[in-house]
Amino acid sequence: MQPVILPTDFTITEPQVAVMDSVEGEIQPQEVSSAATESGSSSIEVKVLFFARARDITGVGHMPLQVSAGSTACDCLDKVVAKFPSLAEIRECMVLAVNEEYAPGSIIVEQGDELALIPPISGG
Amino acid sequence: MASSDGAVDDASRIRREIEALKNERSDIDRQISDLETQLRGLQSKTEVVHNDGLAAHGLSPDLIYRHSRHLMLPSFGVQGQSKLSKSSVLVVGAGGLGSPALLYLAACGLGKIGIVDHDVVELNNLHRQVIHSEEYIGSPKVESAAAACLKINSTVLITKHQEALRTTNALDIVSKYDIVIDATDNAPSRYLINDCCVVLGKPLVSGAAIGMEGQLTVYNYKGGPCYRCLFPLPPPTTACQRCSDSGVLGVVPGIIGCLQALEAIKIASSVGEPLSGRMLLLDSLSTKIRIVKIRGRSSQCEVCGENSFFTPQHFKGFDYEKFTQTPLSVAPVKLSLLTPDFRITAKEYKQRIVQGEAHVLVDVRPEHHFKIVSLPNALNIPLTMIEQRVGDISSALKEKQPNSSGSSPHLYVVCRRGNDSQRAVQLLHKLGFVAARDIIGGIESWAREVDPKFPTY
Repeated sequence: MQPVILPTDFTITEPQVAVMDSVEGEIQPQEVSSAATESGSSSIEVKVLFFARARDITGVGHMPLQVSAGSTACDCLDKVVAKFPSLAEIRECMVLAVNEEYAPGSIIVEQGDELALIPPISGG
Repeated sequence: MASSDGAVDDASRIRREIEALKNERSDIDRQISDLETQLRGLQSKTEVVHNDGLAAHGLSPDLIYRHSRHLMLPSFGVQGQSKLSKSSVLVVGAGGLGSPALLYLAACGLGKIGIVDHDVVELNNLHRQVIHSEEYIGSPKVESAAAACLKINSTVLITKHQEALRTTNALDIVSKYDIVIDATDNAPSRYLINDCCVVLGKPLVSGAAIGMEGQLTVYNYKGGPCYRCLFPLPPPTTACQRCSDSGVLGVVPGIIGCLQALEAIKIASSVGEPLSGRMLLLDSLSTKIRIVKIRGRSSQCEVCGENSFFTPQHFKGFDYEKFTQTPLSVAPVKLSLLTPDFRITAKEYKQRIVQGEAHVLVDVRPEHHFKIVSLPNALNIPLTMIEQRVGDISSALKEKQPNSSGSSPHLYVVCRRGNDSQRAVQLLHKLGFVAARDIIGGIESWAREVDPKFPTY
């Protein structure tokens, strides 16, 4: 099957293509095609947003994160903590939100989701 | 010539006069404030009489004129204003968040405002705590805030609680108000205020700000979640940030404080939808405001959950400082990690400079702190960089090595307050610099004990 690359807001009915459709940024046809053929072990990209102390620790406001399809928010967090070990200290007190909505760690993330890590702020 | 002596005399005479006048003024302020309170008492009695002949909303002609722009708002109107005038709000903390919140609450026509704060106004508060002014430096924040509120609106009833909120006084104070605004700056106060509001069934408008970011949520409102539903575990001490340690752009708590006033006014007047079950995140760097839908009330919540038995008695016995591992008082933590042999006072260090002792001084504060002010000839290696920059320390020591057979140069470490310097010395000992010592109390003690003109921040 030829990989079909569609513009981001294109309305489509074919669900298999929809997954590929929402890949942000520069799309590399080879990668997309391999992801599409290996169903089950394909990788997706989520955007991780860092707030407050989490932003201080990572030094960035957000970053793209590649995880395998079917990963949970918790799996994403594991990956991020592996990259920024200092995040471990606030891991247990952070609120997780997927697409601006509270989410338990067990929620499955989808391609293009925004995962926000929100530690409490105490200052005033 | 005696001209410089004369100038010194003049300056101290003027200072004394200013001091005397300031004392006089605060006496007069107090008298005015007492008289105004008396007058309000009399007015409210006469207003009741007048109001018999007025419309049922009970707003006096003066109040109708003062709040006319509220009354003309179709969605707010007489009903909203009337409810406001019968409501009371407690603002805990008259700092960066409390300042704008209090100013708007005083202006809006609330019936009663309570202010809790144990602190005094300091010069380094004024960049964000806009309710206070220079003339109140050294005075209690509750006095300064109450005076500013009454200047805007002499008809509002203000109660000053010049104390920190603790388990011993919180139930008593909070029970006197309808709505609570958390405008504090520390984790234990946030849990304490939340729990107290749950126990007493009061809605809580919680705001926070640090650096360039702010957060806002309404807790414990009509079955919505409480602070503990969202944050059952407090952040570790190391992750606790205060404006006094981390810095904050003044207008950020200003924005959040204004929003807190807005939410309190909405709740008090039963207008609109309060920010319950949602959290507002302000990112001032990118000017982005996100509203995140947060969880509902947690059935597992230790304080408001279904199986919770958190009573006023539990509240009184709960140790919030232990729970959050953070003291309620604003005094910064003083660590004691080193034995006295590995520490010297700022005065001793000064003597060693005067004696010309060969040494290297490492300042372990972050670079942006070092840029504010530093001791002469200090080498800036932030605490987090020490291991990577061991070579720099070694070569600095080598440079100071006397040519003769004199003893090897000493290694001293300094930070802002004397905590990180101890951590750094421990690390340096492990790295082989076994004689490293720290300066007790950091550059703050240098400013206190050696050079009063040395800037502090």
